[in-house]
Amino acid sequence: MIELSVTDLAIAAVLVLLLALLSIRLRSNISQQLIIAATRTAVQLTLIGLVLKALFANANLGWVMLMALIMLLVAGREVMARQERRFKGWLGYAVGTISMFLSSFAVTVFALVVILGEDPWYTPQYAIPLLGMLLGNTMNGIAIAMDRLTHTAWEQRAVIEARLMLGERWDRAISDYRRQAIRSGMIPIINAMAAAGIVSLPGMMTGQILAGAAPVEAVKYQILIMFLISAGTGLGTLTAVSLGSKQLFDERQRLCLDRLRQP
Amino acid sequence: MSKTPPLLQINQLQRLMMGPLSLQVEAGDCLCISGPSGSGKSQLLRALADLDPHTGEACLQGVPASEIPAEVWRTRVGLLPPESVWWLPRVGDHFHGDLPVPLEHIGLSAAILAQPVAQLSSGEKQRLALMRLLSNHPQVLLLDEPTANLDPENTRRIEAVIDEYRRARQAVVIWVSHDQAQIARVADRYFAVSDGLLEETTIGGRQ
Repeated sequence: MIELSVTDLAIAAVLVLLLALLSIRLRSNISQQLIIAATRTAVQLTLIGLVLKALFANANLGWVMLMALIMLLVAGREVMARQERRFKGWLGYAVGTISMFLSSFAVTVFALVVILGEDPWYTPQYAIPLLGMLLGNTMNGIAIAMDRLTHTAWEQRAVIEARLMLGERWDRAISDYRRQAIRSGMIPIINAMAAAGIVSLPGMMTGQILAGAAPVEAVKYQILIMFLISAGTGLGTLTAVSLGSKQLFDERQRLCLDRLRQP
Repeated sequence: MSKTPPLLQINQLQRLMMGPLSLQVEAGDCLCISGPSGSGKSQLLRALADLDPHTGEACLQGVPASEIPAEVWRTRVGLLPPESVWWLPRVGDHFHGDLPVPLEHIGLSAAILAQPVAQLSSGEKQRLALMRLLSNHPQVLLLDEPTANLDPENTRRIEAVIDEYRRARQAVVIWVSHDQAQIARVADRYFAVSDGLLEETTIGGRQ
């Protein structure tokens, strides 16, 4: 494996700087955002590198759990922030976070214990990257699905209420929109699986190959990850949409759009 | 022998600006309500159908709404909103039960059931929405201006269908209307809304 020096990274940074200069010349206002984002990448990744280094040196369950919890809470906040008409109050945070906890954690622990079988099962070299990839993808699926669900419930409130008026149960009255929301949350991972290897070489596999792994081994890991991600995203999306659509109705099955925040 | 409770009983019902209202309606009665727009007539109907949170309670044959599952209550206390909503591609997809009367009675033909919803006129939608509601066999009909988009001929047809249904099933009809002549034709009792309360009034032209 070729080790990268600081100079190597500095050369790559020059490319970003050149792009920023070019966009100033073109009077595009993107240069400032570009520099800030690039700086954040460098700082955040350096910090996480140090954290992981410390964590790998002290592989005890408590530290791994703490790291996992922080990752979950940050992902929960991200899911909430990406929804235009999210639930007001603690619900807005809880629906996404609980769903991610149930799906990503369950799938990660399952993969660590049943498939990888490393001793101890929480070995951070495996546990943290795996959880990170699952959370990152589940987060996308849940955010898209919940945004779709709350958005459609708002837009189609007349239809939902008309169905209630005709004596349909709440779950039947919202069933079409629930299905659409689950579908839209699952589409990105389905597309990624369908295009993998033909249109795109997935990042993790590319990383392993660059790090010197045999291509076939890297491919096996990538397949495993893709399957885990689709299971996690599917489970998370289903959970979030089920919890969310139930919360759109009260105990008398009335559509409660006042529980959603106005954008 | 204990007296049978009225079909619909409203106890201290209150929703936003509307109420508190208390009212008893006997089976087979048609009750008309009129009042300026924004006076809370639609809010009252929505609260009766239990679509909005409210205080107080409505009872059907003495059983309070809270003791009846919401979807059963809404099947028995059917609300016809001013604008009908259609969510499936074809008209007929929205009908499950038997039609209460042949569609010819409301000036339509059975072929309309095979049509895409997008081809319906507003008057056709309004008439079909009533048929869709009646095919649920509600015991209480909450009608929010059911003839607002209709010409005089179709208005009479709809009035006849509602009247026939009410008599045949001894249903309660609560009918929001702005047309004094219509109220005189169909109402057993007439209420005007003022300050969120219902005021029982004599029906124009009769005592």
